[in-house]
Amino acid sequence: MIFKVFAKDELTRLFEVLSVNRVVGPVQKGLDRKNRPIYSFEVVDNFDDLRLDYPSTLYPAKRYFLPFEETLSSFTLESGSWEKHVDYNVYQPQVMFGMHACDINALNKLDKVLINSVHPTPYYASKRRNMFIIGIECMPQPHCFCRSMGADTVQHGFDMFLTDLGDRYFAEILSSTAYNYLLKIKTMEASETDHQEYRQVVREKSSKFTTHVDTTDLTKILDMEFQADVWKQWGDKCLSCGTCANVCPTCYCYGVQETVDMNLQAATKTKQLYSCNLIDFAEVAGGHNFRPEAHIRLKYRYYHKHRGFVEAFEESLCVGCGRCGESCLANINVPEVIASVRYEE
Amino acid sequence: MPANLTYLGVELARPRVAFFELSSCEGCQLQLLNNEATLLDFLSLVEVVRFREGMTEAGDDYAVAFVEGSVTRADQELQLAEIRKKAKVMVAFGSCACFGGVNQLKNRFSDQEWVKREVYGDFHVDTQLARPISDVVKVDLMIYGCPVKKEEVERIVTDLLLGKAINHPKYPVCMECKANENICLFDLGEPCLGPVTRAGCDAWCPSNRMGCWGCRGPADAANIPQMARIMAEHGFSTETLLDRLECFGGFAAHVEEIRKKG
Ligand code: SF4
Ligand code: SF4
Ligand code: SF4
Ligand code: SF4
Ligand code: SF4
Repeated sequence: MIFKVFAKDELTRLFEVLSVNRVVGPVQKGLDRKNRPIYSFEVVDNFDDLRLDYPSTLYPAKRYFLPFEETLSSFTLESGSWEKHVDYNVYQPQVMFGMHACDINALNKLDKVLINSVHPTPYYASKRRNMFIIGIECMPQPHCFCRSMGADTVQHGFDMFLTDLGDRYFAEILSSTAYNYLLKIKTMEASETDHQEYRQVVREKSSKFTTHVDTTDLTKILDMEFQADVWKQWGDKCLSCGTCANVCPTCYCYGVQETVDMNLQAATKTKQLYSCNLIDFAEVAGGHNFRPEAHIRLKYRYYHKHRGFVEAFEESLCVGCGRCGESCLANINVPEVIASVRYEE
Repeated sequence: MPANLTYLGVELARPRVAFFELSSCEGCQLQLLNNEATLLDFLSLVEVVRFREGMTEAGDDYAVAFVEGSVTRADQELQLAEIRKKAKVMVAFGSCACFGGVNQLKNRFSDQEWVKREVYGDFHVDTQLARPISDVVKVDLMIYGCPVKKEEVERIVTDLLLGKAINHPKYPVCMECKANENICLFDLGEPCLGPVTRAGCDAWCPSNRMGCWGCRGPADAANIPQMARIMAEHGFSTETLLDRLECFGGFAAHVEEIRKKG
């Protein structure tokens, strides 16, 4: 690992150098009813629009990797025959300017399923591979429990990771692309003082976590509590609305639809992100629904995240970003659900 | 205009379709005329024999009947029975036809004579409670919305023609609202029925910063008790909830239950 430091205004330079590509970063999108700012990942043309000290975003950066809706293929229909066109929908390299550790960890988890599996998906892989990622250190919010999920730091899956040291950035360089880009701005070797200040920031971050999830033996506990009443209690509140999956940086389930144009000369195959909480998620041809009840669907959401995925990959499919709990109108959130399954207060 | 269509070399007959209006604002029919870019494609797909808003002739030979509006008069019941006899596919077109629509708001008043006097004065009008057309005849297909969404109607008609199954989203509006990455209206201090209303409109209202009023009726797993809790937690009264649930008639059964519980 190579470490560098550079003065804060050098970041503007770096932004300019990188902005020949499409740059996506955190910006303020609006204010809520209590006048608190709401942040979101948007295409950024102007460095001043970036809010690198953002606490968290309402939505993850998922749509730049896994759009909610994506055309998988289109067809030209001629009399008696047809032609298929496939497009992975990547037109230019993208720069992600300022992702938190949880969100980069989320991409690493998606990679396991969508790239390094038996059936890689080129639509995701092509976007992921054409991405330059700059991570940025953050301070935990009340809803963050990434520490519990081992996702508060990130080891790989990005190009460069920045930590704010007041008047300068401490940069962790992971890729040769990042190294070469940094040659275009003024940097210095990290000194012992920089190391010290970096450790100070890390200590401060560690002390700020207020929400924790106990994952000890969680797969076993979930197995034991498969029939527990708590699932029914949470299920009674669940709206089966899919919000949790839509704001989750690691949910990847989808459905596929084919539509024929009205002129009957063209057709498209479209993929739409779906959620295991939606009523027809487990409905099969013929109409049988394997999970007709809300509490069963909600339970399986938790089993996929905290049991199934752990058994397959030895890590959870939850990075502890807390977004699902923040957005769920029924206040269903991971820390409380897991605590209730463990019969903790 | 071609008499027949071909799809992948297979000949398909253009279905003869007719549009009818009962008690309605005709806004749903107007939706179809709205987008001129696709109107010609639509017209080449079907043979319209009756469409008051778009043509003067009125044919009597049709396979698909699109009926807009709710039933509010005795003669409309007879008209519906006649249409049903001729149509192979009876479509309830828009929320008035599906649930009674905005018209059924008058059903809230116990004194219907008073409603008549308020609205029509001394002018005699033979009007009854507003009902969905399924109260009178068997309906084969519902197209929800106040108004219907043109893109959805076009897709449904194309699928009908190709013999594909017609599926409505079973999930609620929130799903589409989140896909549009909106800020939730509850976070902005406004009420919204998105959590319990059937999707399909691409979260039309929330995407324009207006709360959903439930025009598409309940989603397949509408959790009304939880919706009521959410409204209360955000400081909205039961009346505000009922006003919204009652607006289009889709939640009539749920409203009755809430009122019974007091
Ligand atoms: S857990 Fe919450 S966000 Fe998820 S489907 Fe249920 S109500 Fe919606
Ligand atoms: S399950 Fe919830 S907390 Fe975990 S990664 Fe998804 S949105 Fe974040
Ligand atoms: S099964 Fe549910 S929790 Fe798992 S990825 Fe799919 S939507 Fe997300
Ligand atoms: S604005 Fe309405 S539809 Fe959108 S997420 Fe909030 S409750 Fe659901
Ligand atoms: S958001 Fe609600 S009221 Fe608005 S069009 Fe959609 S279903 Fe109708």
